[in-house]
Amino acid sequence: MTSVRGRWLVAGSIDGEILRLDESLSFWGGFDAASGCVVDRAHPQCGSRLTGKVVTMPGSRGSSGTPGVLGEAIRLGTAPAALIISHADINIVAGALTAETLYGATCPVLLVDTAVLDGLCSGDSVQAGEGSVS
Amino acid sequence: MNTRPTVPKSVVSSSTTGALVLLDCEERWLRGEAGAAMKLAMQLVLAAAEVSEVTEMVPVEMAHINSCHYSGVMSLDFAEFLLADRVSFAVPTHTNASLISCSTPHLRPEDRSPVEVQGARRVMEIYEALGCTPMWTCAPYQQPDGRAKLGQHLIGSESNAVGFANSVLGARTNKYGDLLDVAGALVGRVPLAGLHTDAGRRATHVFDVSDIPSATRTDPTFPHLLGVVLGRAVGHGVGAIVGYESEREDDLKAIAAAAAAAGGVGLFHVVGSTPEAPTLENVTRGQTPSDHTIVTADHLAEAAAVLTNASADEPLRAVCLGTPHFSVAECVETLDRLDGRRIAPSVTMLVTTSRAVAAELELRGLRNEFSEAGVDLVLDTCSYFPPHPSGLDGLTLTNSAKWAYYAPGLLGVPVGFESLERCVESAVAGRWIR
Repeated sequence: MTSVRGRWLVAGSIDGEILRLDESLSFWGGFDAASGCVVDRAHPQCGSRLTGKVVTMPGSRGSSGTPGVLGEAIRLGTAPAALIISHADINIVAGALTAETLYGATCPVLLVDTAVLDGLCSGDSVQAGEGSVS
Repeated sequence: MNTRPTVPKSVVSSSTTGALVLLDCEERWLRGEAGAAMKLAMQLVLAAAEVSEVTEMVPVEMAHINSCHYSGVMSLDFAEFLLADRVSFAVPTHTNASLISCSTPHLRPEDRSPVEVQGARRVMEIYEALGCTPMWTCAPYQQPDGRAKLGQHLIGSESNAVGFANSVLGARTNKYGDLLDVAGALVGRVPLAGLHTDAGRRATHVFDVSDIPSATRTDPTFPHLLGVVLGRAVGHGVGAIVGYESEREDDLKAIAAAAAAAGGVGLFHVVGSTPEAPTLENVTRGQTPSDHTIVTADHLAEAAAVLTNASADEPLRAVCLGTPHFSVAECVETLDRLDGRRIAPSVTMLVTTSRAVAAELELRGLRNEFSEAGVDLVLDTCSYFPPHPSGLDGLTLTNSAKWAYYAPGLLGVPVGFESLERCVESAVAGRWIR
């Protein structure tokens, strides 16, 4: 069990199994909210199902459509359990915060140093304590 | 409209960025005293400050939002949530293009895509009911009310409109994604970050086109290709173009749209043309740019290759013009090139534009000329969005790098990129004239 510390961009707690994405993912166009799977054919983890996993990735490639796709996955229950990223992008944060208000469910987002991210491997268990942001 | 007190009151602590000073009303909104929607708006704006690690906010004077473009269930749920609280926007707020067209409902028939078409209609109704200006265009800068001024801060969302506002008008905006665009327009302030700041607007990459022959530089496809070259090289940085003379606004629009599609560019400067760039030194701000590209014919050929994935022997099915929305000048040029001829019956030709441009064409007695030529003047929307527009079922020509960049992925059609002249001649002939 690995315990990580970072800065919460969307408050919550993390306790689950890691699924590591080696490259940034654009949820819009790269992720199917209905199935919870990566569908970007250029992505190394194309086909991986993110549902319920603690997904680690360098960041999210931001696009206007990203909040809607992540929010839809949260609504449908196909979203990751949490995201651990080393580069922040407002669009995933906006999607997760809005889903929390609209649907009462969210996807916590923890920002960590690159070195911390590099130490996290698929299949490991990871924990991060409850936190809140201003 | 919300009134915005100017006396700062509260200080919100932020884990990395020290302190952010909130206005009285913002403090109340954050506490939820004005309802759940304003609370969420404040949360989103503060999250944006947290992500960009800044502690200063800047008031904006207008907004052009994309959240009014139906993009799935959450976009509709969010709109209904805003309506339930009867929120009012702090600044004049203009709507980006929709999924559906008031002029051309058969473009995306309701019986074929009922969820999307009904969702889009409802989302449009809601944002109009909330007091947005119903421009439904990706080119708000073609209308006086949607045209930001030099130095004004605004909220932009659609990528070409962000590039145009920053580059051609010298206004200041980041590219705001869905939800945050509305949140910022409700609050009336955004984090002072990125392209809102002087430092963020400094040119990092010079593109010198002086070696390109003049005949190439004045070809109408040149600004599109240059935009692709710039976008692919500079990514999210800021480019400065040297050696380019055109001050035609539609050429600068083409660069903005192509650079944003190819690389996420939100600002470029054209030395001698755009308002912040009387000289190169003005935009490099005394620093040496990190990259310097001498643009060559090879660069342009590579860009052109990216934009055409069709082979010449395929039968021509469609011609799509108007991405970004055609200006009055571009519509008039299209009619001039048609010169009273009808397009071939086997071809669907769409010209997308705004209600405002169509009204101007109507006043000039020109709007009917499109239908007489067999061309659909399509308002409110764009032809590369899914659901798949009717008639786009094979080789499609366009004069827009942006359209050519997105349509193969979004619509699955083979695309040829050509000048406006060749697009029109091909539509009339019923085959791709190369």
